[in-house]
Amino acid sequence: MTALAATVRHARYVMGENPVTGFAFALFVLIVIAAAFGPYLVPHDPFASDTIVALKPPSLRHWFGTDQLGRDVFSRVIVATRLDFFIAIASVVLVFLMGGLAGVAAGYFGGWTDRIVGRIADTIMAFPLFVLAMGIVAALGNTVQNIVIATAIVNFPLYARVARAEANVRREAGFVEAARLSGNSEFRIVGFHVLPNVFPILAVQMSLTMGYAILNAAGLSFIGLGVRPPTAEWGIMVAEGAAFIVSGEWWIALFPGAALMIAVFCFNLLGDGLRDIVDPRRRT
Amino acid sequence: MKRREFLRSMSAVAAGGMVSAPAVWSPAKAQSRQETLLIVSESGPNNLDIHGVGTNVPGYEVSWNCYDRLISHEMKTVNGTPYYDRDKFKMELAEDMKIGDMSATFKLKKNATFHDGTPVTAKDVKWSLDRAVTVGGFPTFQMGAGSLTKPEQFVVVDDNTFRVDFLRKDRLTIPDLAVIVPCIVNSELVKKNATEKDPWGLEYTKQNTAGSGAYRVASWTAGTEVIFERNENWKGGPLPKIKRIVWRIVPSAGNRRALLERGDADISYDLPNKDFVELKDAGKLTIVSTPYSNGIQYIGMNVKTPPFDNLKVRQAVAYAIPYQKIMDAVLFGLSKPMFGAPADKATEVAWPQPTKFNTDIAKAKQLMAEAGYPNGFETTLSFDLGFAGVNEPLCVLTQESLAQIGIKCTINKIPGATWRTELNKKTLPLYTNVFSGWLDYPEYFFIWCYHGKNSIFNTMSYQSKTLDGFVDGAVTAAAEGNKATYETDVKGFVDTAFTDMPRIPIYQPYVNVAMQKNVSGYQYWFHRRLDYRSLVKA
Amino acid sequence: MGNLILKRLLLAVPSLIGVVIVTFLLTRALPGDPAAYFAGPAATAEAVEEIRVKLGLDQPLIVQFVRYIGDLSHGDLGSSLTTGQPVAAEIKRRLPASAELTLLGLLVSMAIAVPLGILAATQPGSLIDHACRVVTTAGVSLPVFFTGLILIYVFYYKLGWAPAPLGRLDIFFSPPPQVTGFYLIDSLIAGNGALFVASLKQLILPALTLGIFSLAPIARMTRASMLAVLSSDFVRSARASGLSSFTVVVTYAFRNAMLPVITTLGMVFSFLLGANVLVEKVFAWPGIGSFAVEALIASDFAPVQGFVLTMAIMYVALNLIIDILYGLIDPRMRLEA
Repeated sequence: MTALAATVRHARYVMGENPVTGFAFALFVLIVIAAAFGPYLVPHDPFASDTIVALKPPSLRHWFGTDQLGRDVFSRVIVATRLDFFIAIASVVLVFLMGGLAGVAAGYFGGWTDRIVGRIADTIMAFPLFVLAMGIVAALGNTVQNIVIATAIVNFPLYARVARAEANVRREAGFVEAARLSGNSEFRIVGFHVLPNVFPILAVQMSLTMGYAILNAAGLSFIGLGVRPPTAEWGIMVAEGAAFIVSGEWWIALFPGAALMIAVFCFNLLGDGLRDIVDPRRRT
Repeated sequence: MKRREFLRSMSAVAAGGMVSAPAVWSPAKAQSRQETLLIVSESGPNNLDIHGVGTNVPGYEVSWNCYDRLISHEMKTVNGTPYYDRDKFKMELAEDMKIGDMSATFKLKKNATFHDGTPVTAKDVKWSLDRAVTVGGFPTFQMGAGSLTKPEQFVVVDDNTFRVDFLRKDRLTIPDLAVIVPCIVNSELVKKNATEKDPWGLEYTKQNTAGSGAYRVASWTAGTEVIFERNENWKGGPLPKIKRIVWRIVPSAGNRRALLERGDADISYDLPNKDFVELKDAGKLTIVSTPYSNGIQYIGMNVKTPPFDNLKVRQAVAYAIPYQKIMDAVLFGLSKPMFGAPADKATEVAWPQPTKFNTDIAKAKQLMAEAGYPNGFETTLSFDLGFAGVNEPLCVLTQESLAQIGIKCTINKIPGATWRTELNKKTLPLYTNVFSGWLDYPEYFFIWCYHGKNSIFNTMSYQSKTLDGFVDGAVTAAAEGNKATYETDVKGFVDTAFTDMPRIPIYQPYVNVAMQKNVSGYQYWFHRRLDYRSLVKA
Repeated sequence: MGNLILKRLLLAVPSLIGVVIVTFLLTRALPGDPAAYFAGPAATAEAVEEIRVKLGLDQPLIVQFVRYIGDLSHGDLGSSLTTGQPVAAEIKRRLPASAELTLLGLLVSMAIAVPLGILAATQPGSLIDHACRVVTTAGVSLPVFFTGLILIYVFYYKLGWAPAPLGRLDIFFSPPPQVTGFYLIDSLIAGNGALFVASLKQLILPALTLGIFSLAPIARMTRASMLAVLSSDFVRSARASGLSSFTVVVTYAFRNAMLPVITTLGMVFSFLLGANVLVEKVFAWPGIGSFAVEALIASDFAPVQGFVLTMAIMYVALNLIIDILYGLIDPRMRLEA
């Protein structure tokens, strides 16, 4: 309890000292609200086309204007939050489960486990990562879950390495030794003693890679490997709207682009802030 | 203070990098600009020879301009645009054509030479046509469409005389000699570069043009650009006006439009419809729109499997297509509607022609109930991602409209390279696609798309003895010149197709070309690619 | 030193083998059918089958793999279906275009990020520090294709300052005689000033796009490294001995802080070289990235395999070079080796 209280106090201190993190946290709350309640809050049906009002600039009725099919861009941007947030969360959870656990095992057990995990991570690192993600989505089919899987695989080495390094340090730590002496199995030690200690460091990575996940999905959309239409997703909206920039309908790409940027921006700043909280010495 | 100065100078360097120097104009550059035409398009050729394995459509454009055929088409004018005349032939490498009962004899132009200076002889013609019917793949298929299938049909009479023997009476034989495929290749040059494994020298012609055409490829950087130079000794027609053609590949449509609007590119023909409409309204560029000959964008349904084996379901879908919305929001009016003909309108002896369907959700719902699907069903709606600009919004609108009659579609984007494979499996339940035939005859379209012999373009797996009877009847009547029977049969197969509705015509697409005001001489051809030979830059 | 290099090279071999296998399997899992593609639009099922046999695609995967490895050992990367060219030649021709663009992008990024990082480090916690963090983070938060399109819209379409986004050169210039494959260098070798200016103009917008994206890691590393150095003893004593703060920052601290920054640069370069696929697409840049993307979309195996393999080898080589450089610059590393 006191540890928690200390962390909260420290977090409050970091936020007070660093207004940017406070700002990022406020943004994060907004994103969560939009993701949770977006569909109930929007003024228009995000999927209803109305070709009579197609390609209209922002107005009081349509705050962010309308797209080629007359759909309300504002409603689509808000509703898309949930999916993008899901892609981000799901891919980091997945990579945490794969990379984080593999890395902890590698760091703790060493030997063959370490070598195998290390080789896998090295092999993935040697790939041009975006092209690897493209290849996975192209081969498995362009669905949300495959985008999530591809993003997770691409981030695997990062998590595996961080987790490995942290677990390795803690392998001989006093509390691990104590647990071992009191007769805990090795797996129990990893699960209940090492992992909880490595988690905060990985949490920082998670926040940073959430932003990357969204950018990755956007890039895939741009080359036609995004989610299925008419799903509202920021990346695909930017990619579709990009064709209209030159003809002057800037709002179709700009607003989802701005939403995407704000979300990625928020996750990145939050990651920095988290790092300050978790490990004040490492602040960069 | 000093530190600030240092930083300021650093940022000045960074900012300085962004300002571009004024354009350098030299008289020589202006001169070459005058004689060069810059074409921009989304994709480029993968092979310079249409006889090659897997040559893509941009490759056809190279063949058309760099090789000659024995004959070509005259021009007529349709809606103010020069348009190839299906029924009038003009001589290209031949100076004379005599059509007999079961053969056609061609006299070659005596002074015609290939790019390397060797004269064009009947031997070259035979070698080239033998090559077209032998290499397999698309060229052989296209030759077969005009009953040109065997090397024995091509006879060298003497150095300057060449004869084509007919296999059977087929009114498509002569037109088929004027399409892109039967191009005349420099046989000696190619043979020199052929190998045992590659007797037709396809590897050589893939990279080099070996023809007698008005242009030759001076350099080709795959995926980036093709540079053409004029053949000063061209005998196939009047010497083209433009000396040098540069064809650059610009994948982004927005960039292509920007290049045209800023006057950097001279001509482009693949832009989104919306851009064409706006460029036309802005009036700074010349925009020419011509309907695809013998072409239709349609919604196809697999009639072999439920629920689309049910006629009432197909009719319900046809009543639920948001035709006018598609015309407005997807095509921006740049297409010819193929729906909504007045109920009392008689069927014409023509193709394409509009159906009598309109969007009528109430009627569609009623048909769904009658078909036994009052609550609808779920299916997938597929489209070719290669043409996502039109296909995606079209499918989204259709999906939304079908949802109103209970049909829940999942949209399936299929990458261009996979599209044909998927289509050929004939398992897609519901999809949109375009078909357009080079030879502009109604029966030609129906043989490929509707006939029970189930060609790969009959993507619906549609079978109807009645329709087959009309199509076969029309083919025979055309060969025999029996006009009355022909007309009855054409009306017959059109009516059958519209009653059974295995595919729903939506519109006839337009070929749109945007060019600078100083560029003129655009001609519409059945292959819809650019003919450089008639273009003029003032 | 030689031992170290050899050891590193041996360590890289399993990764490269892994890359070859994974790429092979991945491309075979792509949905397209090269036989159907080769057979053309009107081919019958038999014709497709015939071509499948001709291409060896009817063979079991393992046989195809053995053949692929055999070709690879002869340096044969196969031919692209979409461009019809041998992949090795295409990559050789396109690699300099990508490398030149990426290097310039990195230079642009450094020109902005390094001063920003120094500025932030000299006043940690200040408004400038926060602003630096926000600006660089914003740069990495934008999808690169979006940044590129906006830059084209503003600087080419609206203002007319930048040249048409038509690849490496305006159509009225011909490329310089090839020495390095970098147009900027080759045009200087050829003594052609106008050509140099022309290729620089084409490079500016795409390089800026890449530069904006890579601001954050460089600025951060500069800042962190500068902070560490600035608080070190020798800087303190330099300050104490009365040197101006400019001299301290630039001459003493900066020089020592650059080492980790250079390491980061290596990582960023290899990351950018792979990540600029989208930038190349937007700017019609004839690089290897756009080549690989087109091939992947078209299910064109050979270029994808060739591209991935090239990138993997470059990644390994680059890391090795960085390690060696590090050893040369930092005597402690050399001793340990």
